[in-house]
Amino acid sequence: MSSKEFRQLRLENMSRDFGLLNALKGVNLTVQRGEFVALLGPSGCGKSTALNCLAGLLPLTAGSIWLDEARIDLLGPEARGFGMVFQNYALFPHMSVRKNIGFGLRMQRRPKAEIARKVEEALKLVRLEAQAEKLPGQISGGQQQRVAIARAIVVEPPLVLMDEPLSNLDAKLRLEMRAEIRRIHNLLGCATIYVTHDQDEALSLADRIVVLRDGQVRQVGTPEALYARPEHADVAEFMGYRNLIASRAVRAGNGVQVRVGDAVLTGVPVDVDEGEALAAIRPEDLVPMADGPIAATVMTAEYRGRDFYGLANMADGTELFFRSEARVAAGDALRLGADPSRVLVYAQ
Amino acid sequence: MRSEAGVLISGQVPLRVRLAQRGLDGVTLLVLPAVLFIVGLFIYPFVYGLVLSFEPKEGGWLANYAKFFADPYLYTTIGKTLWLAVPVTVLNVLVSIPIALRVRLMRRQRLLTTILVVPITLGTVLVAEGLLNYLGPRGWLNRVILTIGFSDSPVRLIHNYWGVFMSLVITGFPFTFLLTLSYITGIDPSLEQAGAMLGARARQRFREIMLPLLFPGLVITFCLSFVQAFSVFPSAVLLGAPAGDTRVISIAAYQAAFEDYDYSMASAIAMIMAFVQVLIVAALLGLQNAFYRGPAGGGKG
Repeated sequence: MSSKEFRQLRLENMSRDFGLLNALKGVNLTVQRGEFVALLGPSGCGKSTALNCLAGLLPLTAGSIWLDEARIDLLGPEARGFGMVFQNYALFPHMSVRKNIGFGLRMQRRPKAEIARKVEEALKLVRLEAQAEKLPGQISGGQQQRVAIARAIVVEPPLVLMDEPLSNLDAKLRLEMRAEIRRIHNLLGCATIYVTHDQDEALSLADRIVVLRDGQVRQVGTPEALYARPEHADVAEFMGYRNLIASRAVRAGNGVQVRVGDAVLTGVPVDVDEGEALAAIRPEDLVPMADGPIAATVMTAEYRGRDFYGLANMADGTELFFRSEARVAAGDALRLGADPSRVLVYAQ
Repeated sequence: MRSEAGVLISGQVPLRVRLAQRGLDGVTLLVLPAVLFIVGLFIYPFVYGLVLSFEPKEGGWLANYAKFFADPYLYTTIGKTLWLAVPVTVLNVLVSIPIALRVRLMRRQRLLTTILVVPITLGTVLVAEGLLNYLGPRGWLNRVILTIGFSDSPVRLIHNYWGVFMSLVITGFPFTFLLTLSYITGIDPSLEQAGAMLGARARQRFREIMLPLLFPGLVITFCLSFVQAFSVFPSAVLLGAPAGDTRVISIAAYQAAFEDYDYSMASAIAMIMAFVQVLIVAALLGLQNAFYRGPAGGGKG
């Protein structure tokens, strides 16, 4: 059994191949005690593979995992002592909620009285006292989710791994459980690695976000940093910069000017000064203005409460996602523009 | 009474609709051939045999049963059959579990299962032939044993209990294994992973998670395999000692029918055979009720 407390978890060049496919290509990452880290990326980016490697369910093909000074990547999952919440919850269908939660403690051969007390505490923590004697098949999806969390944390693991735990819940329950997961994390303070493809989940839950793509770490940073300043165009696209417009960049003072069709936009250079570039703008930052540089025709618009969000076409056919406070309808001619600090310019 | 639009205006619902609401419509007729088949080939012969068994050649209506349980040459066949069928089935089920646990992780499952199905398709007689040749006094096994010098005389492996035992294992195992495999692959692999994450070692994962979920399936597997082994006939005659150790109950029934031409007695023996099987299967299914019986999944997914 590994120590309950650790200072840091280190992944050194963690790699995993499936035949010819390199699912993970040398991931390096350090997680501090008590930290909530989200692994974020589109499907197939290797985030679940990374989690399974950490859990010990998949052996590494290269690299190592260290818990302080102890190398753990050669240990089986049962010897690592991590908690895990599975995407499908993986509750034992033949055991009551109480027995499910107590399973880990029973495997550790803790005294009966201690097991009973800790299970009771965990039931209270996830607010399932009334469901304790039911079987997993007799409770709702949200309740099953709580059981899965309680089962993983009741053994007080040094690290909790969560594999898209909210993806099977409906939108309302997902928001509730998100708050619940954060509340439990704040209460217990165990380091958590949370896999998701939903940027909202990652932004709202994590202390630090790791963006993965094609088995490689693209960017590591706080939610604020990732939201405001993605380091690469693909990260920007994933973080909600839906408008990625191919253009030419020209240095202009502190910023760059990019030519979009006939229009000229001013923006912030991220990794390019001159030449072929991509201008990245969030739909919510691209709004109609009287002197907006981009002329476009509205194709579709939908009301989302407070604002309208729509799709407009420029004369050359470039599609732009925009926001408008005033009502717009298909066929309207608009002049769109964005605050120069909200236009990020990337190398193409 | 209907309106022009065909809407019902009185409380009268047509018979056709009422029947459809109870699940009886045109499609229901498709079960008729199957029903006729079962009635003609199972229920009628069974009832006929049952009635026939109460009409003995001589004596009162229970004379056949009285005769069976009075004659050691007859009633010991129950014990002899059980003594073959139960150990064979237990062995087959116990051996198939670890193999199935391993095979479910293999990628060439298709090939292996195909190989395993072959003994079933060959049939018991061909397997018995093979065993007679290989295990007989002049078979290769005994020649090897004699050549190496393990024994001075050929080891007797056929025309006794073990010959029938081996034949039943060979023909029964693939069936037992394939059933067990399908039950084991029906258990969500994430359950075992969850067990491992919670600190359960392989042995504990098997005992705490796999076995309870597998148990109902194993009981069904045991019942079906047992019934097959209990009705052993060809291998008991060809490989066994049909007058001695392996005089199983089906041999007794055969002799009554085709050597003594006493169909009534043969029917009585068949009924006793059925009764013993039903008794054991019912007991096992009762045991099964004591365990969890539900989907072996890990939740929504």
